[in-house]
Amino acid sequence: MKQKMTRVCLLLFLLLPGWLTADDGSNVHEFMLDNGMKVLVLPDQRAPVVSSMVWYRVGSGHEHGGITGISHALEHMMFKGTEARPAGEFSRTIAALGGRENAFTSRDYTAYFQQLATEHLGTALALEADRMRNLTLPEDEFIQEMRVVREERRLRTEDNPNALTFEHFNAVAWLSSPYGIPVIGWMADIDEYTVADLRDWYDRWYAPNNAILVVVGDVAPEAVHDLARTHFGPIPARDLPAVKSRTETPQLGERRITVRAPARVPYLLVGYKVPVIMTAEEDWVPYALQVAAGVLDGGESARFSRELVRESELVASAGAGYSPLSRLDTLFMLSATPSAGVERAEVEAALTKALERLKDEPVSTAELERVKAQVVAREVYRLDSIQGQAMRLGMLESVGLPWQLGDEFAERIRAVTPEQVQAVARRYFEADRRTVAWLDPLPIDPDDPPGYFEGHLR
Amino acid sequence: MTTFSRLSRPGWTGLLLLVLLVPMTAPADSAVQHWETENGLKVYFVPSPALPMVDARLVFNAGSARDGDHPGLARLTNTLLQDGAGDWDADTIAERFEGVGAQFGAASERDMAILNLRSLTEPDWLETAVETFVTVVGQPVFSQRGLDRARRQALVSLQAQQQNPGAIAGRTFFETVYAGHPYAHSPLGTEDGLADITPGHLKTFHQTYYVARNGILALVGGLDRSEAEALAERIAAVLSAGEAAPALPAVAMPEAGRTIRVNFPSEQVHVFMGHPGMARGDADHFSLYVGNHRLGGGGFTSRLMEEVRTQRGLAYSVYSYFSPMAAAGPFLMGVQTQATQADEAVAVMRRTLEDFVASGLDEDELKAAQANIVGGFPLRTASNSGILDHVAMMGFYGLPLDYLETFTARVEALEPATVNEAFGRRVDPARLVTVIVGGEG
Repeated sequence: MKQKMTRVCLLLFLLLPGWLTADDGSNVHEFMLDNGMKVLVLPDQRAPVVSSMVWYRVGSGHEHGGITGISHALEHMMFKGTEARPAGEFSRTIAALGGRENAFTSRDYTAYFQQLATEHLGTALALEADRMRNLTLPEDEFIQEMRVVREERRLRTEDNPNALTFEHFNAVAWLSSPYGIPVIGWMADIDEYTVADLRDWYDRWYAPNNAILVVVGDVAPEAVHDLARTHFGPIPARDLPAVKSRTETPQLGERRITVRAPARVPYLLVGYKVPVIMTAEEDWVPYALQVAAGVLDGGESARFSRELVRESELVASAGAGYSPLSRLDTLFMLSATPSAGVERAEVEAALTKALERLKDEPVSTAELERVKAQVVAREVYRLDSIQGQAMRLGMLESVGLPWQLGDEFAERIRAVTPEQVQAVARRYFEADRRTVAWLDPLPIDPDDPPGYFEGHLR
Repeated sequence: MTTFSRLSRPGWTGLLLLVLLVPMTAPADSAVQHWETENGLKVYFVPSPALPMVDARLVFNAGSARDGDHPGLARLTNTLLQDGAGDWDADTIAERFEGVGAQFGAASERDMAILNLRSLTEPDWLETAVETFVTVVGQPVFSQRGLDRARRQALVSLQAQQQNPGAIAGRTFFETVYAGHPYAHSPLGTEDGLADITPGHLKTFHQTYYVARNGILALVGGLDRSEAEALAERIAAVLSAGEAAPALPAVAMPEAGRTIRVNFPSEQVHVFMGHPGMARGDADHFSLYVGNHRLGGGGFTSRLMEEVRTQRGLAYSVYSYFSPMAAAGPFLMGVQTQATQADEAVAVMRRTLEDFVASGLDEDELKAAQANIVGGFPLRTASNSGILDHVAMMGFYGLPLDYLETFTARVEALEPATVNEAFGRRVDPARLVTVIVGGEG
């Protein structure tokens, strides 16, 4: 059985370059408007719908102390009206066309998207072009919306012990890199934003030459190019601020914190500083790190599930994660929820041992092939979602990578050797480069478990 | 990486070349093909030839509503299928799926026990995935050791629920609204219920409920009809015919409204307000669905969003929905807000609902809701996974085969009076169960 699978894998990988690389297969069409706005179009005619996204190269990774979270706050205000369209009209217009729309902010980008029937693409682009230039930022809307943002922060972070632990962990892990800033911002900063702060951020970053339009769906590339020229073409380019490197100060020893918060289940986070595609000096390194994450936590057959969950039963769950798509160095993350009654030191030791094993012995052929097979299959499964395809293109371009890299991804993973996995483990998984955080549960109610009582509404 | 959203998815070569060199022009034929296997498993198939992948979803009427005296039994049974089956242990099963890039998933809700398989259609890989899938479905081992481990994990999950005010609110809401009904307890179970489950319980549960006449199979992907039939027969062949589970007891409306507060040291309170709503196939389904779209189901353009978030900035998320189930699932409004403004938010929501029930929506509001639902319909079936969700739901709840084809016409046929009459008859603000968790540090 095993032999047969191996053969199939090899066959598949030999065939891969023929269909996943740009030379032969990719249908992505790239255009550049005169004002510097990049337009990527990927036709997918399976259904008469389209996913349209505008990505701005600005996020919490461009922020500094005092205004943290302002990219996210501005994202909220982008729905609050332009000179031609009052607050709420954007959402009402898209809704009337049967569209879905939303936006999201991350460290490196802020993105806005609509999914709708193809014939309405022009409307979506007209609305996006309007708010790229003409946002009004009215004071009364601003006051209400910042209340919403504070509620969002309370919901996602303050009352979520694992998220709270991550926020503190992350802030300690990074000294000079802006990645220590929480995407949603610190509450004290949210409390003190002014309309002028948002206006300044908008004027600084929202320009066609800092934006990428990605359209995936039942469209003709030239027609999208025409629409993009019509709607975005008239918006003049601006001088963009120089993005300073803000390279992380070398870490000189382990950092370790405890987060004490009302909770019931302890939670461990460990992060090692590692490069990404944008920063790696050797181009195989990010892919080897990705394979290392897959060996540890690429499903039920990976080492964490097999050894820590099922064999030793030390943890209820454990994870490893790494994303090579960011502008600056990132963290290779481990997380674990101990099984009831297991000592924290024992859990930590088990995770460390798993990393030591990656350093000491090459990963087996079977493990490597499994990770590669999963990557190959996921590349196919991803094609089922037009939104997923648009996300991939936008994310690559907004962190500063060419979209073509997405088509090479499976091939790059295929090329990773056991020795390379061992090499990245030895190079990066050192105690002196790591940050460790434990969630230490405080009793939720010291005397009594949560009880119910009937009450009256005031 | 964290993101924050404004609100809270020779044959081989030929196939692959087809995918990328020929633009993907073959849309899924949305007409659902239906047949029964020899032993009575109902099959729902939608061919979708554009991509070299297939999704199979096997759903049994074996959710936590069938737990009986052991809350948590259905979920443990579902979880442990992949822990050992036939001659294979958990490691081997996982290796077999993952070594061919297949994705196996198991989930257990109140109504449904779900088993998912996503695989490439490359014949050798699909064969390995299917062989493993049918073994897991038909010949689970249910070892004592696996059970003990899964039980400990379930207890950790129960503890984790107790540190999440939203989870506590959801649990309390169901325990109150469905007191005495099989929907009352969480699919995760209870400490007591989990405590004395034995491998024998799991085996009996599996033999009783994981049977052909108690399940449906939805297939979407790059198969032709004969390949789909062969796959369905192969899956059905590992199941005994068995019997469909009996209908669940009817759900009673509460006599009067009540408010329950639960202490929790959080900054926000989590609020659920609602009462039993409707079952799948309900005669008022379309009226209630479209009416609710305007009330709190339509995202940024709904009345609840307008009143609570846009005008007052009281919350990030506020919504309402009907969750149609085998028996009447809930009608529910939900919000999270800073503790000091909880009463204001609850009052605004209650008033918004009362206004809506009393006066209903007008012609323009109905038209806007219809336009959004009808215009957005193609998005729901634009992917294989979207089609699979709808087809499996239709099949499980026995909805007519033309449900998807007639969906938009039935939405468009509604008049304001029809919607408002149904809403007034089915939603009663005086009988809302309100659960408020948190805000007590």
